[in-house]
Amino acid sequence: MAKITPQNHTVLCKDVKKTYTIGENRVLALRGIDLEVRSGELLMLVGPSGCGKTTLISIIAGILNYDGGSCTVLDNSLEILSEVEKNRFRAKNIGFVFQAFNLIPSLTAAENVAVPLIINGMERLLAIDQAKELLKEMGLEDKVDSDPKNLSGGQQQRVAIARALIHSPRLIVCDEPTSALDGETGHKILELMKKIALKEDRALIVVTHDIRIFPFADRIAMMEDGKVTRVVNSYKDALKNEEEKIITGNK
Amino acid sequence: MGDRGKFLGILLGLSFASIIMTQQPGIFVGIMTRAFSFISDIGIADIWVADPMVKYIDDSKGMPSTMLYRVASVPGVDWAKPLYKGNIQARMLDGNFQTCNVIGIDDATMVGGPLRMVEGNVADLRQDNAIIINKEGADDKLAHSPRYPGGPKIPLKIGDVIEVNDNRAKVVGIAKTTRTFMSMPVIFTTYNRALTFAPPQRDFLSFVLVKVKKGEDIQKVKQKIKNVTKMGVYTRGEFEDLTVNYYLKYTAIPINFGFAVLLGFLVGAIIAAQTFYSFTLENLKYFGVLKAMGTQNSTLLKMILLQAGTVGALGYGLGLGGTFLFSLYVGQEGMLAFRFPWQLLVFSFCGVLFITLLSALISIRKVITLEAAIVFKG
Repeated sequence: MAKITPQNHTVLCKDVKKTYTIGENRVLALRGIDLEVRSGELLMLVGPSGCGKTTLISIIAGILNYDGGSCTVLDNSLEILSEVEKNRFRAKNIGFVFQAFNLIPSLTAAENVAVPLIINGMERLLAIDQAKELLKEMGLEDKVDSDPKNLSGGQQQRVAIARALIHSPRLIVCDEPTSALDGETGHKILELMKKIALKEDRALIVVTHDIRIFPFADRIAMMEDGKVTRVVNSYKDALKNEEEKIITGNK
Repeated sequence: MGDRGKFLGILLGLSFASIIMTQQPGIFVGIMTRAFSFISDIGIADIWVADPMVKYIDDSKGMPSTMLYRVASVPGVDWAKPLYKGNIQARMLDGNFQTCNVIGIDDATMVGGPLRMVEGNVADLRQDNAIIINKEGADDKLAHSPRYPGGPKIPLKIGDVIEVNDNRAKVVGIAKTTRTFMSMPVIFTTYNRALTFAPPQRDFLSFVLVKVKKGEDIQKVKQKIKNVTKMGVYTRGEFEDLTVNYYLKYTAIPINFGFAVLLGFLVGAIIAAQTFYSFTLENLKYFGVLKAMGTQNSTLLKMILLQAGTVGALGYGLGLGGTFLFSLYVGQEGMLAFRFPWQLLVFSFCGVLFITLLSALISIRKVITLEAAIVFKG
């Protein structure tokens, strides 16, 4: 993997805070997050439900504003970007892989994959041609014109990954990419992501509960109660931490 | 986004609204047109002179017969002809009575007579006791009773004789006239014979039909006649308007049709807006995905407007098609009145456009205020 230097980080969060107001209650979702995501690495973000993982990747992806601290993504300080600039920034630099695939049902696989290119201004037919090429690379050449509903879960997630990659973003955020898949398919998806998606100038952030895919991580950031409590380099360390929690009953 | 059920739901709502907003006003305009059809049919007269208290065409009040000469003597008048119009009972051969609209036209020139003859000739009115009956009356209300119970009525034909207010009247022609508001049979005869048919009254002259000399200004001549006679003097268009305004003001017809149109509009709007909105809600996560991937709000706005516009245009077209088929079915001369002027196209287009924009705006608000972060929520 790429050598870590202060200059080659993709994401740098310092003391990021986020509070939600629900009715009269204020919920502190993030209590000061410090996190670095390096170019060329696959970082997994793990932790119990409600610990703030989703809030954190939403902030990193530029689709949620934060209340305090600073978050720099690809050398862009998110708090100074306007909404329109953030949209442009996301369209160009960020790829998304969702838990429920979120493929648009009325579009074919190739059309779904072409969406980010079209958002970036490419002509529709050209974008679809490129999408078809990428789907071929991903072993879906016979599914390019299929509707999402006619694809298996694994195939849909591969289409979603292609959609996240098609515009060559430098950061890919994945939210529980294997939770809707069986173990074997989930394994294959992670293998594919490591093989195709991970590049020296691109980082992957994967939010997951699925300990079976921990071995694919370069680093694992563990979150608890709105904070990153530990960042480990080995999945064994992460699993050890999980086991400790089970033994001590501490979530 | 690919939901055929919802698409058809919106289409149904808009088509329904469109058809109601074109068909009901079409019938309304048809009825109103029939209300003044008698004036339109006598297209040759530029000016109508009537008693000043006359409020509509069927409201004939007799004027002194000398009024004809007073009008004729006004400068700028080419000719002035008398017209009798009254409701008189006719008795058929089977003994039944039927109230008819008797029109007495100028004996010499036949001005005011039917323009389209199905059988016979207007000049045949010069025969003794001659009358011309309109086709609808001859075929239906004045027709002979069926030969056997449940059988078809036997239409009146040339040569048949009926009694008009106890006066012998012989059918010499069948005319095609525009259906009237009351759908009464129309009997044409000469002016002087009509006076013998009419029940006794002080004055018989219902209207004076005026033709203005070539090159004369109709409005100026009208004013001159008004000044001389102190009667109600109207151009053809003004008399038609007077008649329509009477029906609009003194009958519940516009209110009933207005409610039908309003109801169609509201039901269509509710179906379309509700379906469009629920369609948007169901697809909110996909809008969220597009937002997350960097789609600008302006693009999403265009997308929604395009979808709404497409479905609106289809709904409008289908509704219009439905109304067109309806108009073919009822025809221009059928029992059901129907007219479709171009203004109705604009009216219904605006209605459907309003519904479409309303539906779209509700959805647009939801999508524009949507936080893209929902894509990461289960």
